[in-house]
Amino acid sequence: MNVHPLIDALSRIYDSDRLLTRPAQLMAYESDALTVFQQRPAAVVIPQDRAEVIETVQLCHEHSVPFVARGSGTSLSGGSLPIAEGIVIALNRLDRILRLDAEERIAVVEPGVINLKVSEAAKPYGLYYAPDPSSQSICTIGGNVAFNSGGAHCLKYGMTSNHVLGMTVALPDGEVVELGGESLEGVGPDLPGFFVGSEGLFGVALEITLRLLPIPQTYRTVLAAYDSLHAAGDAVTAVVASGLLPGAIEIMDALAIKAAEVGAKAGYPTAPALLIVELEGEESAVEAEFAQLMQLIEETAPVEVRMAQTADERARIWKGRKAAFSAVGRLAPDYIVQDGVVPRSRLGDALAEIDRLSASYGIEVANVFHAGDGNLHPLILFDGREEGALERAEELAGEILELCVELGGSITGEHGVGMEKRAFLPKMYGPLEMQAMEDVRRSVDSRSLANRGKMLPAGEAESLTHVGPHPLEKAGVIFRE
Amino acid sequence: MNSVAEIQGAVRAAKRVRVRGGGSKPALSLPNCQDDVQTLDLSTLKGVIDYQPDEYTFTARAGTRVADIAALLVEEGQYLPFDPPLAERGATLGGTVAAGLSGAGRYRYGGIRDFLIGIRFVDGRGQEIRGGGTVVKNAAGFDFPKLFVGSLGRLGILTELTFKVFPQPAAFATVAAEFEGLSDLLDALDAVTRSAIDLHAVDFAPAEEGWTLWVRIGGLPTVLQERAQALQSVLSAGVGRPGRLSLHREQEEESLWKTARSMRWLAEGLGLVRVPLTPQRVPAVEETLSGSNAAARRYSVGGNLLWLGWPDESAPERGEQDTPQDLHTLLLDLDLQGIQLIGRARRGKTQGNGAGEENPLLGRPLQNAFLRRIAVALDPERKFESW
Repeated sequence: MNVHPLIDALSRIYDSDRLLTRPAQLMAYESDALTVFQQRPAAVVIPQDRAEVIETVQLCHEHSVPFVARGSGTSLSGGSLPIAEGIVIALNRLDRILRLDAEERIAVVEPGVINLKVSEAAKPYGLYYAPDPSSQSICTIGGNVAFNSGGAHCLKYGMTSNHVLGMTVALPDGEVVELGGESLEGVGPDLPGFFVGSEGLFGVALEITLRLLPIPQTYRTVLAAYDSLHAAGDAVTAVVASGLLPGAIEIMDALAIKAAEVGAKAGYPTAPALLIVELEGEESAVEAEFAQLMQLIEETAPVEVRMAQTADERARIWKGRKAAFSAVGRLAPDYIVQDGVVPRSRLGDALAEIDRLSASYGIEVANVFHAGDGNLHPLILFDGREEGALERAEELAGEILELCVELGGSITGEHGVGMEKRAFLPKMYGPLEMQAMEDVRRSVDSRSLANRGKMLPAGEAESLTHVGPHPLEKAGVIFRE
Repeated sequence: MNSVAEIQGAVRAAKRVRVRGGGSKPALSLPNCQDDVQTLDLSTLKGVIDYQPDEYTFTARAGTRVADIAALLVEEGQYLPFDPPLAERGATLGGTVAAGLSGAGRYRYGGIRDFLIGIRFVDGRGQEIRGGGTVVKNAAGFDFPKLFVGSLGRLGILTELTFKVFPQPAAFATVAAEFEGLSDLLDALDAVTRSAIDLHAVDFAPAEEGWTLWVRIGGLPTVLQERAQALQSVLSAGVGRPGRLSLHREQEEESLWKTARSMRWLAEGLGLVRVPLTPQRVPAVEETLSGSNAAARRYSVGGNLLWLGWPDESAPERGEQDTPQDLHTLLLDLDLQGIQLIGRARRGKTQGNGAGEENPLLGRPLQNAFLRRIAVALDPERKFESW
């Protein structure tokens, strides 16, 4: 593949400060938050508006050069890993909120807008954007759209795809189409819904119309400590069976609690398991529901219960939870985070099996999970300087994914398949399903240029390398979910 | 059709196929007496395969009636929060998904697109393919369940569906507010939908004089009265104050929404058309419609959806300008899309079909390059109807 003619053509659009080709410039784009994968692209372009994006995509198609659209590079599945000899389209400068219409309760944004900025802009109108990935202070809406990002509050309000109403999209050959619109309802197949979570394989979202919700009047958060993970799991079952619909239900195990203490000084009780349950909504309704919740929790025999009485206390509980992953980095030099899903009632089985695997591999695993929707985040700790440690950690991670599939779940709840789990997608779906996905992909992108090598098992295998956490993560700027 | 294998055989053998479920949306399933089109009746491919109340999920065959599912869920205190319409008229799960229909309750937690988490479908080659999964959270692979919401049987034939469900609120209350004019109502709508009150449903419709707005809340019965009062004060506080407010509870309240779900407000002989829009478009739509004889309409989902009663193709005494074709033109002028569900549809050319065939799609065309490319992949021989 000769990429030089394309780079020549791109140099007619971009000045040299927005067309990066020197190794030192490209280094920053070699990997995303899944740092075990690295790949140097042929060039990075930094467009300033949608016309430049469209032109770039068209040129890539003309020259048959693969491209990866990238936001802040916080993907935990290697979703924005560059393609060797390919182009990276860095969308961070397309960061305008084009319209915020409080009456229609929508925001129309460019793909480089940072998740949290949408809620900040909507706040004066009493509105917010619901999906809250832990990296929300840095991750972009374009990336959220590509990977259907989740967060701690998915149980009640769903993931990114539940909040995208419409999009303007450049298909992989540069043809521009409108999908959906501004209404909550539509006619015909739900094309925005199909585009969200397609991991960049269907092209580049240029403009995204997001649904905004009124900010909940109040939150009530309770933290309960248990003497076993099993007991915490039983409490989740009780809460779910009660008919209450909490905004979030989270569990952390002893190792994760320890990490949160070391990393964020959350002031958590020391216990084998912690449960966090949060209710949100109107003051009077939440008050009544919270009384019911507390009664339920008392009946599950917790060893300690703490209620957040103030916004500060609530923030502290969440800070510990959201920082737990990065904090694990203080317990071991390296770790892999997994994202499997199991049916909620199988959480106990899954955790017991993870425990067994951890013991048999002799590798420590910390567990943090969105218990309300069965979304596990095992953190597999290792020291990459040890010969073969990364490979063994990867092997353990693979066994956990297979376990999730066996229990009737999914290999990914919110991080996406990306580069990391593409070998596991065929374990979840059969050959007919894989073929159908490949057929649709080929029909949308005849040359397989858009984010080639992600999600669908194909293309050149990238090499696993050990490089440690993302620099921003080390600095405490970004957190893993 | 009693089995998936039978459907697969039919798809492989036929030149063109269309699907019919419960027949509650005849404009989508009945027309077209073309010789080469075989209609597959899926109403017998029914039954619940799995229901896990603890998981908030169930899986059922496509021909299962929505009403049967609702009855099953209510025993466990659960429900499909998007109020699937036409259940009382025999709507099936598959038909409701293929038509992409959500009712008033969609306002609170999302529509059918947000609750469908897994599907099986037979593609144009006669292969049965699985999409999505059976757990409430899943980001693996292309989201075929969403693609099939509103797909009208034109990308494949749904055979099995997995839904997420939610616990049903212990009680509901509805405040009805009467307004002299539309603009007062829209002011109140804006105030109430931007307030911190958790609203389950927000519908409005022209009354004999003026307009009526219905706002539904739900939750623990102990605080419902207090919350209803808060809702009433929000409604009374704005510039366009309502003339009269009334609070509805229990049976009487439930029947208000049953009327909406079953389209009982629709006069006999009128066709039913569904038009997505936004609250800001309502005045323009009203202005356009006021020139015609079409009277029956109900706005739902906080002004994001219009259910419109419109004379159908076969209506004997319809006005000169009130044919489905005229509505098509009106919607085109408004840059809106609509779909006819009940009544005989207009005769219009759809791409790839004959000019004389009935076409339920109205207004702005659906077709775009993304959809075209997807359809080619799933149905290369064009066994299903085209757009």
